[in-house]
Amino acid sequence: MLGKYAHLAQSLSGLREAGTNPFTVAFDEILSPTTARLNGQTVVLLGTNNYLGLTFDESCIAAAVSALETEGTGTTGSRIANGTYSAHVALEKQVATFLGRQDAMVFTTGYQANLGIMAALAGRDDHLLLDADSHASIYDGSRLSEAQVTRFRHNDPDDLYRRLRYLADKPGDKLIVVEGIYSMLGDVAPLAEFAAVKRETGAYLLVDEAHSLGVLGEHGRGLQEVAGVEADVDFVVGTFSKSLGSIGGFCASDMPGFEVLRVASRAYMFTASMPPSIAASVTQAFEVMAARPDLRQALTRNAEALYQGLSKAGFRLGPTPSPIVSVRLTKPELAVAFWNKLLARGLYVNLALPPATPARESLLRTSVSAAHSEADIRFAVDAIASVGEELGIIGATVEAAE
Amino acid sequence: MPSEEDVIATIVAVIRTLDGVTPAMADAVTPETNILRDLSLDSIAVMDFIMELETAFNTVIPLDTVAEIATVGDLARAITTEQARTAA
Ligand SMILES: Cc1ncc(COP(=O)(O)O)c(C=O)c1O
Repeated sequence: MLGKYAHLAQSLSGLREAGTNPFTVAFDEILSPTTARLNGQTVVLLGTNNYLGLTFDESCIAAAVSALETEGTGTTGSRIANGTYSAHVALEKQVATFLGRQDAMVFTTGYQANLGIMAALAGRDDHLLLDADSHASIYDGSRLSEAQVTRFRHNDPDDLYRRLRYLADKPGDKLIVVEGIYSMLGDVAPLAEFAAVKRETGAYLLVDEAHSLGVLGEHGRGLQEVAGVEADVDFVVGTFSKSLGSIGGFCASDMPGFEVLRVASRAYMFTASMPPSIAASVTQAFEVMAARPDLRQALTRNAEALYQGLSKAGFRLGPTPSPIVSVRLTKPELAVAFWNKLLARGLYVNLALPPATPARESLLRTSVSAAHSEADIRFAVDAIASVGEELGIIGATVEAAE
Repeated sequence: MPSEEDVIATIVAVIRTLDGVTPAMADAVTPETNILRDLSLDSIAVMDFIMELETAFNTVIPLDTVAEIATVGDLARAITTEQARTAA
C-alpha cells in the first residue's frame, strides 16, 4: 500500500539522520507570537506567517473565550445544516465590509476555500488558467473541478494572453487564478497587467490573497488594493490563518447570484463549520487590523530590514522585499544542514525542498511578523549570515559549496 | 498542417531543453518512448514539459488529456488533434 512512497520514506530517513526532522517539529510551548520552546530550548520564530502578530492579541482572545463559554467548543455540523451561528454570519459581513464587496462566504480553512470555490465555479466546459507556481490548494481545486486546466508561466501576463488567445474560440468561461504574494519566494503578481489581459479577453479573475491580506495596501485589502484593480477582481479568496492569526478561509465577490455557491460548493457543504470561538476571534482580528495600520508599517519595516540584511550578506533571495524572505540554495542536503544549524542557534525558519519549490530550489523560507523587534531581526540576520559563512554559502568559498 | 515527423522533431527539441534529460536520452527518443519512465519526469516536470510544448506549438494541451498520454507518439497525436481543432 505504501510502496509508492518509497522515495519519500527514504528522504525522510535522510532528514532524521541529518538532525531534527524539520517536518515533524512539535513545539513544547508557545511563549509569544515570535518565541517558543522547542526541545527545552527557547527559539525565535521566523517562519510562522503570523504577519501581524495577532495570535496573542488580548481582544481577540477575549472574544474567543467569551464565544467559547457561551456557544461551546464546536458547531458539530455543516454551514447548510446546524452549523451556521450568528458568529459565522457576522464574520461574513465583516469580511465583505472590510473588502468592500457585496457578499462573502466563510470556509473552515483557506485550503477548503480554494477547493470549494474553484470546483464550484469551473464546470466541464470551462477553462481554468493557473499560474505555474500556484499553491497546492489551487492545483487540488482545479482537479476537483471538471474544467480544462491550462498553466501559464509564473507571473507572465504575455504568456497568459497567448494561451487565452488559443482558447478564444472554445466554448465555456475562462477563469484566471493568481496569488497576491507567492508563498515560497515572496514575489508579487503583476496584477495590473493580469487585469488588463482579463479585460481584453473577457475572462474572469480570481486572486488568492492568502499572504497579502492585511499585509499589502493602505487598508490591508491586499495586492488588489495596491494595484488599483479591485473592480477587475471577480473573486477574492483568502485565509484567516496568517495575518488574522487563527484559521478559516473566505471568498468575497460582487457577482450577482454569488449566494448560490452556498448550495453548490462541496467543500462548503460537506464539512463542519468553524467553531464559534474562531469566528469571534477572526471578526475581532479584522477590527484590530483596520484600527492599527501601525502593525502593517512595523511589518514592512521588519521585512525590509531582513531582506536588506540578508541581501547585503550575499545570499540569493526572492526578487523583491516582502514579509516572506527566502534564502535560495541549490542542494537540499545543504539546506537541511543549514536549517539544523540555525535551530541549534535558536532560530526557527521553514525548510522547503523540491519538488514543492519553484525551479526545484531548496529554500530556507522565513516570514517576518510585526511583532518581531529590531533585535530579533538583527539576531536572525547574524545567525543566518554566520551559518552561511560556516557552510561556505556566502563569503570567500561560495563556489565550492554551491 | 505539419507532418507527424515534424511534430516529433519539435517534441524532441523541447525534450532536449528539459532539466535532467541528457543529450543521449534525447537522441534516443522514438514515438515509442514512454514519457514518464524513459525520460524519468515526475508529475511537476511533466506539467512544465506540457507548458513548453504549448509554447512551441502555439496551442493548449489541456491537463486532463495528459492522463491518456503515455508515449511520445501519443503526445504527437494529441498535439495534431488539438491543432486541427483550433484550425477548424
Ligand atoms: C496561496 C495559499 N492559498 C491557500 C492557502 C491555504 O490556507 P490555509 O492554510 O489557511 O488552509 C495557503 C497557505 O497554506 C496559501 O499559501
